Amino acid sequence: MKAPAFSYLRPRQLREVLTLLAEHGDEARLMAGGQTLLATLNMRLSEPALLIDMQAVNELKGISLNGNALCIGAMVTHTEIENSALVAQHAPLLTAAAPHIAHRAIRNLGTFGGSIAYGDPAAEWPACLLALGGVIVARSLRGERRIAADDFFTGLYTTDLAPDEVITACEIPASPALARFSFSELARRHGDYAVVGLAATCKATNNTLADVRLAWIGVGSTPMRSVKTEQALDGQQLTMQSLTHAVDVLRSEIAPIPDLTHSEAAKKQLAGVLLKRALLSWMPASVTPTAPSAQKELA
Amino acid sequence: MQTLHELPQTQTIRLTLNGQSIEREVQARTHLVDFLRDGAELKGSHLGCEHGVCGACTVQLDGQIVRGCLVLAVQADGRSVNTVEGLSDNGALAQLQAAFIKRNALQCGFCTSGMLLAAHELVEQRPHSSREDVREWISGNYCRCTGYQAIVDAICDVLAERMKAGQGAKP
Repeated sequence: MKAPAFSYLRPRQLREVLTLLAEHGDEARLMAGGQTLLATLNMRLSEPALLIDMQAVNELKGISLNGNALCIGAMVTHTEIENSALVAQHAPLLTAAAPHIAHRAIRNLGTFGGSIAYGDPAAEWPACLLALGGVIVARSLRGERRIAADDFFTGLYTTDLAPDEVITACEIPASPALARFSFSELARRHGDYAVVGLAATCKATNNTLADVRLAWIGVGSTPMRSVKTEQALDGQQLTMQSLTHAVDVLRSEIAPIPDLTHSEAAKKQLAGVLLKRALLSWMPASVTPTAPSAQKELA
Repeated sequence: MQTLHELPQTQTIRLTLNGQSIEREVQARTHLVDFLRDGAELKGSHLGCEHGVCGACTVQLDGQIVRGCLVLAVQADGRSVNTVEGLSDNGALAQLQAAFIKRNALQCGFCTSGMLLAAHELVEQRPHSSREDVREWISGNYCRCTGYQAIVDAICDVLAERMKAGQGAKP
């Protein structure tokens, strides 16, 4: 199908974007990379009178390190993150997740800020931002506001952003020493939406875990953490016993929403598998079982 | 400030299309592939699903592959667009095209222009890709005829040829 008619503006300054948004409110739609929005326009799921394209707003571009925070401009593309040495050094979870996002032709245009603003529970960046304890920086004509990722995703495709606010950047605490991360997802075909995915971070000292954050993709109506499971791991030595216990806690904690191909039970099972894989990747070789039967059990 | 109904729904865009500067009037709602096929009479880029899934409309915008159905023609204003026509004429795709023919990597040909453009970015930017990497890379381009084996064979042939010729190390 073809998109309905609309007007199109491409302001160069953030201030112009904010003014247009304040002026036209619900009739206007912001476009970042357009990789979700244009598909919904083509399918006429959305019919804005005005499209405000932010591709020319340089203030929203670029990746930088400000003190201890990695700052990712809202208009930074998935490919830029995939290729960034700064990201690989300070937020390697993002480098690991990037190749899972759709396909290269989409990653070349799709943006970090667009993905966060859309808040898709099946998308990679919202879960990564949750796992990393990131902050969303939002601006409107009323001023600037900083929102913790933990408070940002409030419902299905719904965020804490006010109608006149624009995400300008996201800030991520630069990966500290002792930090571990894991990203994995299960999809029917590479680049498809994940059936279940896990973005996980923690700090590990002498194989004792702290600050465990487990952020799930495709499990709830928002990108969500499994806090009880995190608590079951915090302060624990990572052993096969604590791993098995954590998986049990997880499977009783989450109630995944089924999709077209996977039931709640299947998603629960798969989430447990992903948690096992993440914890195994953090486990020192001296603790990891080598017996074939144990390996099979963990597959 | 203009009210919304005073804003125009068409705009004049200037872009470099396959190396030539052109100027056209387009509707804001027209996506890039419709503009290329109907406004610029270049029928090599195909329109399949029209929502970013099939990859048949893959073209280059500022040298990077994009989905032509997920970019508006007005977004190409001031930028450079290359299609399979331009990249065939300038020889950029010649090696891949020869390999596709040799390996019989097309049947109906509908996906081929998109496949060639996607494969081109891979061989240019990821010269050390494995067969598995090739499969992942082209997972965004549907082919309903070949079963993909021959396409993967053709792309792997080009990667191997370029490594052998020392072209693979190009930045």
